[in-house]
Formats: sequence, C-alpha cells, structure tokens
Amino acid sequence: MKKIEFSKKAKKEFNTIVGRYPEKRAAMLPTLHLAEKEFGCISPEVEVYVGELLTVPAVKVREVVTFYTMFAQQPRGKYHFQICRGISCDLLGCTKIRDYLTEKLTLEVGATSPDSKFTLSEVECLGACETAPMMQVNEDYYGKLSQKSVDKIFRKLK
Amino acid sequence: MAEKIISKFFDIRDSHTIDVYMKHGGYKTIQKTLKKMKPAAVIDEVLKSNLRGLGGAGFPAGRKWSFIPKDSSKPKYLIVNADESEPGTFKDRYIIDHFTHGLFEGIMLAAYAIGAHQCFIYIRGEYVRQAERLVKEIEAARKRGFLGEGIFGSKYDLDIVVHRGAGAYICGEETALLESLEGKKGFPRMKPPFPAIEGVFGCPTIVNNVETIAYVPAIIERGAKWFADLGCERSGGLRLFGVSGHVNKPGVYELPVGTPLREIIYNHAGGVLNGKGLKAVIPGGSSSPILTPDEIDVNMDCDSLAEIDAMLGSAGVIVMDEDTDIVRALYVVTRFYRHESCGQCTPCREGTGWAERILKRMLDGHGRPEDIDNLFRIAGNIMGNTICPLGDAVALPLKSYITKFREDFEKRIPVDGAGASKQRDSLMLLN
Ligand SMILES: Cc1cc2nc3c(=O)[nH]c(=O)nc-3n(C[C@H](O)[C@H](O)[C@H](O)COP(=O)(O)O)c2cc1C
Ligand code: FES
Repeated sequence: MKKIEFSKKAKKEFNTIVGRYPEKRAAMLPTLHLAEKEFGCISPEVEVYVGELLTVPAVKVREVVTFYTMFAQQPRGKYHFQICRGISCDLLGCTKIRDYLTEKLTLEVGATSPDSKFTLSEVECLGACETAPMMQVNEDYYGKLSQKSVDKIFRKLK
Repeated sequence: MAEKIISKFFDIRDSHTIDVYMKHGGYKTIQKTLKKMKPAAVIDEVLKSNLRGLGGAGFPAGRKWSFIPKDSSKPKYLIVNADESEPGTFKDRYIIDHFTHGLFEGIMLAAYAIGAHQCFIYIRGEYVRQAERLVKEIEAARKRGFLGEGIFGSKYDLDIVVHRGAGAYICGEETALLESLEGKKGFPRMKPPFPAIEGVFGCPTIVNNVETIAYVPAIIERGAKWFADLGCERSGGLRLFGVSGHVNKPGVYELPVGTPLREIIYNHAGGVLNGKGLKAVIPGGSSSPILTPDEIDVNMDCDSLAEIDAMLGSAGVIVMDEDTDIVRALYVVTRFYRHESCGQCTPCREGTGWAERILKRMLDGHGRPEDIDNLFRIAGNIMGNTICPLGDAVALPLKSYITKFREDFEKRIPVDGAGASKQRDSLMLLN
C-alpha cells in the first residue's frame, strides 16, 4: 500500500481540529472531511492514515466512511450534481429534472463522466424543500429548478 | 398580525453580523443575565415559559435542563442539534443564516443555565455554507470577548465548536448524534442512561434543537409569562412552520403554537398551487401520519395533533394537491427511511426494505392481493420494536396512508390477479 501524508498546511489544520475535542477520536468526521479535500477521496490508504493520526484501528475509520453518504470512496467528478429526491421535491417534479440531467450529461445516476468532469447522484432531502425541486452542486444549493435554470447553471460551470 | 421573534431578522440586511444583531438589541440579555441571574433562575424561567423542544419530540426544554446533575464533577456539554434532515424541514437553516448571533446568545444562556463551558453545534454535512457562516461569526464573537475566557468580562467561560456531520439522517436522533460526535458510526444508544446524565464523552449533556435554543433570549428578555401567553395551554410561544409541496408560497412562517393548519396553508402559504383541491397534508415532517382535508382544522400544537393520532414533529407541513399519487408519496417516504435506517435493529432494517419493495411493485402495476395486509403486518412488527423512533417514523406513515387512502392502494392491485403469484412462498412474496 502506498504511504500517504497530509501537506504541512493540512497537518496544521489537523492539529487545530484535534485540539477542539476532549478525545482524539472525536476528530474523526472533521479529519475525514479534511482528508477528502486533501486527497480527493477516502481510499483504503487514507483510512489507514487517518487511523494512525487518531490512534484507532483502520477498520473503525472504514466503518465511519461507509456509514455516512458524503465521503467519496472513489474520486468524483469536478462537479458533483446531487439531485434531491425527497418527498417535497418529488411532489414538484424532481424526477423530470433528474431525467433531464441524465440526458444532458449522458450519465446514469451514480456515475462519473469519463473525463472526470461530472458526477451525478440522487440524494435524500437536503433541507431546502421550500425551493423544490432543488439540487446541490458541490457546496452550493440551487432551487426552483426547471430545464431552463439547469441550462443556466451549466453555462456558468463550463 | 402577531409579532415575530426570530423571523423578523430574516428580512433585515446582514442580520447575521454582530453589529446588526446588536443594533436590534442583541446581546443585552446575556450581559444582564450574567450579572443578575443565577443559573437556576434561568432554568426556572424557561420551565415556566412552556418552551417545548422544537426538534421533533416536544419535550419541555426547562425540564430537560433541570435533569443535569448539580453535584457532578464532570464537565457538562451543550449540543445544538442542527442536523435538520427530516424531510419537509428547513427552518433551522434560516435561523443559522439570518439569526446567527441570536442562536449564539441562546447558546450562552442555555450553557450558563446548565453549567456547560463547551457547546458543539452538530450541523448536517451538506450545510457547507451555513457551517462556514457559523465558524466565521463565532470567530467574530470571540474577537470581541463574547466567547472564550470570561465572556463579556464575567467569570464565565464558554466556547462553541462547529461539528459537521457527513450525511446520515439518523445522526439527528440525539443518541446517534452523540456517537457520531465521538467519531463513531451513528448507531442510536439505549436509554437510559439519558444524555443529561451520561451523554457525550460520558458526561452530562443537553441536546437541543437550533430553534429551541434560538427562542431562549426572547424568553429571558421579556419573561416566561409573555412567551407562554403567545402560545397555547401546554406549549408556549411561537414557532417556525415550514411549508412545502403544492402551495403557492412555500416558506417559513413564524406563528403562535396552536395556529390552525388550515390557516397556515390558506392564509399564510397562499393556498394550494394552481387553485387545485387538497388531497392530503403531512403536518410535521415526513415521520408524521398523514391528514385528510377534513382534518386540517386541527390546531398545530403537540397535544391537539396527538389527539387525532398525528404529530407536530418538526412542524414541516407538506401539502399534496388533489392529483397527488398517494401510493407514490408513501413509496418515496418509505424509500427515505429504508435508505436512512442505520441497520442496527432488524425490524427496521428489514421491514423498511420489504415495505419499499412492495410499494414499488404496486407502483409498477404488479400489486398482489395480499400486499395491503403485508404492509400493515410489517408496520406492526416495526412499531415499538426498535431502539430509536426511526422505526415508528416509517410504521406510522405506512399505517395512516393506507388506512386513510385505502382505495388508492386497492386500485394498484390488478383485479385479474395478474400481479399475484400464488405459488410463491411467503418469503418470496416480499422480494
Ligand atoms: C430519526 C430521528 C431523527 C431526528 N432528527 C433530528 C434533527 O435533525 N434535528 C433535531 O433537532 N432533532 C432531531 N430529532 C430529535 C432528537 O432526537 C431530539 O429529540 C432533539 O434534538 C432534542 O431537542 P429539542 O428538545 O430541543 O427538540 C430526531 C429524532 C429521530 C428519532
Ligand atoms: S425534499 Fe428536496 S429539499 Fe427537502
């Protein structure tokens, strides 16, 4: 297995994070968020590394990584489209937006484009039901979606 | 129209900044409290205000705080639950975005009351922008001496740490949240011990919803009686109703606890979209049983809803117009709970999957005559047989949707028996 390591800057951030908690292991989620940013995804090597940092067995890290939906175990595209499929979005036609996106990106839900530009996912309620149908692209929310507004978002990304 | 407490900040420019918050009277209450009130008096005031937990369970906030052991030498923790993942719920996001320092002032008062010197805000991982805002504003407050050692020049120390989740509805359940905060997967714990006795890191812990905490400054500033009188008999104050689905004006409405559901939908949220008729309403987030149009005169408080076997939950109102396919709605809701079941308890882990598959097959035109009975049976076997209430949160909708809209479900079972496969054994039936 390839040995990996945080950059100097990430190491510093990691130390700050650990300092916030009375127990080292509590820094698990923030450390994994940091690691994902640093390494692009949480590979088995990253699990081992995070385990060493937090002095817990790698399997305990893996257990966490696989329990939560947000951690990428494989690299994701530059733009991660996450369409909400929750009840309020469903009532207002999110499946149409999903179908439009699968067509536009020629991607199945769950897949990443060969050029690593896009990943398309369906997710549960994102807590913005008043803007249904909505989606999250990387860190930002986009609501009141229509084919037109989706086109507009695309133009901004390219 | 009744006055607003939290939502009046939603329309003020830059209301999330310290200066704007202070311009509107912010941070006066905590300073006065630190000088003049004993922690026990703060708890007493909140108790008398009839403030009930606004995260879902409706437990009286002051009563919960009073469970913190007075003689324990262990550190005490306050945790603000900002996991906000119940479908139909988005109010906490508004509070974090626009009433940021109001939330902090509430945290200061609550932490002071229970004797905590550290507070964690557990925020759902997807709320990246909100987490950034919290971190930035905490830093701003620390710079002014409002957080850190000896806040506002008093002898009381307090710090707030923002802890991001990573995508798991179950981590909104308070004991799963504790596990998650400790760096583990979010498996709910058995209670007792209750978090107030043994919570995070084995220490006394209070977990409260964002909105619950955000109402505390107004209660201490203007008094328990004033707050209690705004609401109804056993539930004080106002609360934020989130309305979504088929309405003309979806959004957050701050109204007295006990406001009739009809008024919320038709007077505040602008009525059903495109002037259509109403088919059904979920009154309090997707865990709640569903209501039919003739039930919407109910008052929106925990007790009134409990009387008609529904629940106010997170007060996320989801409106469905007359053309809504109820079978699909139940499928979508059930799919959510199947996806989010943590897998610890068999009835929930397996039952949610069975129910989802049956509903899917009904939607696909392959319903079988025994499906309705099986769905009831599955719901009955989940109900009360799990460590945490996520199981009930799917069992109750299953039972109520089918009971109240039975015809819609029966229509999904082909009369010629085309979907039925009589020769299959009972396990196969559920595949
Ligand atoms: C499955 C499940 C999910 C929950 N999700 C949340 C949530 O996202 N936010 C929240 O405040 N409470 C949530 N709760 C309720 C919490 O367990 C707890 O009752 C609440 O945070 C206590 O705060 P309160 O008394 O101020 O309402 C959830 C409960 C269950 C069973
Ligand atoms: S249902 Fe899509 S944001 Fe809530």
